[in-house]
Amino acid sequence: MSATIFFQQLSNGISLGSLYALVAIGYTMVYGILRLINFAHGDLLMVASYTAIYAVTMFSLPWYLSFPLAIALTGCIGILMDKVAYKPLRDAPRISLLISAIGASFLLENLALVIIGGIPKGFPRPEIFAKVIEILGVRVQVLTIYIPIMTLVFLMALLYIVYRTKVGKAMRAASKDIETTRLMGINVDRIIALTFLMGSSLAAAGGIMWALKYPQVNPFMGVIPGLKAFIAAVLGGIGDIIGAVVGGFVLGLGEILLVAFFPELAQYRDAFAFVLLILVLLFRPTGIMGEPITDKT
Amino acid sequence: MTWKGKDMDTSKRNLYCNLAALCLLAVVLYLFDQYGTEYQIRILNNMAVFITLAVSYNLVNGMCGLLHLGPNAFITIGAYTSALLTMSPMEKQMSFIIEPLIWPFSVLQAPFFVSLIAGGVMATIFAFIISFPVFRVRGDYLAIVTLGFGEVIRVLCNALQGVTNGPLGLKGLQPYTNLWWSWGIAVFTIIVITKLVNSSYGRAMKAIREDEIAAKAMGVDPFRHLMLAFLVSAFFCGVAGGLMAHLITTISPTLFTFFLTFNLLIIIVVGGLGSTTGAVIGAALFAWGGEALRVVESPMNFGAFTIPGIPGMRMVLFSVILMVVIIFARRGIMGRNEFSWNWLFTKLGLNAK
Repeated sequence: MSATIFFQQLSNGISLGSLYALVAIGYTMVYGILRLINFAHGDLLMVASYTAIYAVTMFSLPWYLSFPLAIALTGCIGILMDKVAYKPLRDAPRISLLISAIGASFLLENLALVIIGGIPKGFPRPEIFAKVIEILGVRVQVLTIYIPIMTLVFLMALLYIVYRTKVGKAMRAASKDIETTRLMGINVDRIIALTFLMGSSLAAAGGIMWALKYPQVNPFMGVIPGLKAFIAAVLGGIGDIIGAVVGGFVLGLGEILLVAFFPELAQYRDAFAFVLLILVLLFRPTGIMGEPITDKT
Repeated sequence: MTWKGKDMDTSKRNLYCNLAALCLLAVVLYLFDQYGTEYQIRILNNMAVFITLAVSYNLVNGMCGLLHLGPNAFITIGAYTSALLTMSPMEKQMSFIIEPLIWPFSVLQAPFFVSLIAGGVMATIFAFIISFPVFRVRGDYLAIVTLGFGEVIRVLCNALQGVTNGPLGLKGLQPYTNLWWSWGIAVFTIIVITKLVNSSYGRAMKAIREDEIAAKAMGVDPFRHLMLAFLVSAFFCGVAGGLMAHLITTISPTLFTFFLTFNLLIIIVVGGLGSTTGAVIGAALFAWGGEALRVVESPMNFGAFTIPGIPGMRMVLFSVILMVVIIFARRGIMGRNEFSWNWLFTKLGLNAK
């Protein structure tokens, strides 16, 4: 393999990894507070992509308006999802919560299928993202450079909110102990809603960039990226934002480089993530960055 | 009459009632077999397969309280194993055009019953292998790991063309599955699972469900009991997979996605997690309701205006039903109760005090 191709694949891996990281953050934040795998989280990618498509094609908004709009709307859908599917089950056994999450996921997918139809839609890719540039002799799409940069921006903003603001402090407190946080006079429900808003918005941003990179949008497009992002979150140690990012990059780079070095394994690419997950759970159940287990249910 | 004598009487009565119910079922099946339309027979077959699946799936999810999301893996393995065994070597040579079938399967041919058992056994072996990583974790992690195995199996089905014929799948299987096979296996499954649940093993499983640490303190080995439930469940899922393959007569990897698991989950949640009776009722409702709900997908006439049919509407309804049941009626139809003759006779006022 020549160095050029290697760098091309590397940049691909980094941009895929950033996407996983963005989606994984949402999983990890929700899991941190509610101890819930939000199965419907991946479907928010789909919701955001369709919203962006309709904003561009039906309301003919320019992309710099329609993308933020789609992100905001998806954030609201995230809050709605919490209110409808998870809030009534706060005191229920965890298994009920998980089943409700699966139900929510299928509801979103099938609603999209009924309303929009199963035929994949092309994503209107703005000109500036489609350009191809040459860096040191390596031809790359500008998109593969924009994606990690955007991810970094979002990540910085998120880290600022979580670690430098009062709301962020409340969030971290809630993820340690919800009951005590409530006793301290913090409106935990609002904090949870905010967590869903932030996680969903990040997923939406990830979804739009995903659609820019792979411009085929269908009702089930979020399933596999969602599952893989979840795996990324587990890899990094679930509940840990930085861990989710690291896990995302490990998974994204691993997948791309696996296919690059062993092209004959390409058809096993989707299994790679799960095998990795199983290995991590076997040998290091708390993930790469995770702290030792403290049993908390 | 002594207490013992009375108990003997009730148990004898229950036995007769069970036999009578079985005979009734046989008569009904015979009538449908003779006079039923093809459509009705198909629904009944589906019902029996789903009963087998739901009852065995419920053993892990309901009785042991694990959220296992990989039964589709076992169903796939059962279906493929059984299909490969019933196809004749000639047929196999014809269908495997891209890559020839690997050796032992390419020459083997077995009767339907043997192939079903083989499907079950293969699924059990697979379950045994994956049970070691699976039971290292609990709760959500267990859910995601089992889901992962389901996904891995699907990927393997697409990739290992020498065994599964890849995305093309296997076509032209003999439609061996008839009412007697499907219902016979469904009844057998119900009997075995009920016996297991009512045995000391079953009570240990329920103890683990309620509190694993307390159960451990009482000397129950969680790993062994969970493994037992997992393997039994996998066996029946494999057998049901074989039935399914010979009912549909065409199998491909797209048939056994997470979607199938989702359907099973709806069935046992609506029926009542942890109740075999509930699983049976849920499966019957699902097989019948799935057909009945086709109404919502066909064009509807509301006097003056017509709503065009919306394909896919059923799944929306199913998702809504699942969420409504889990949020508002968490116990489902049966809760954790079981049907029993004693209960029925007490209700009818026929039971001697």
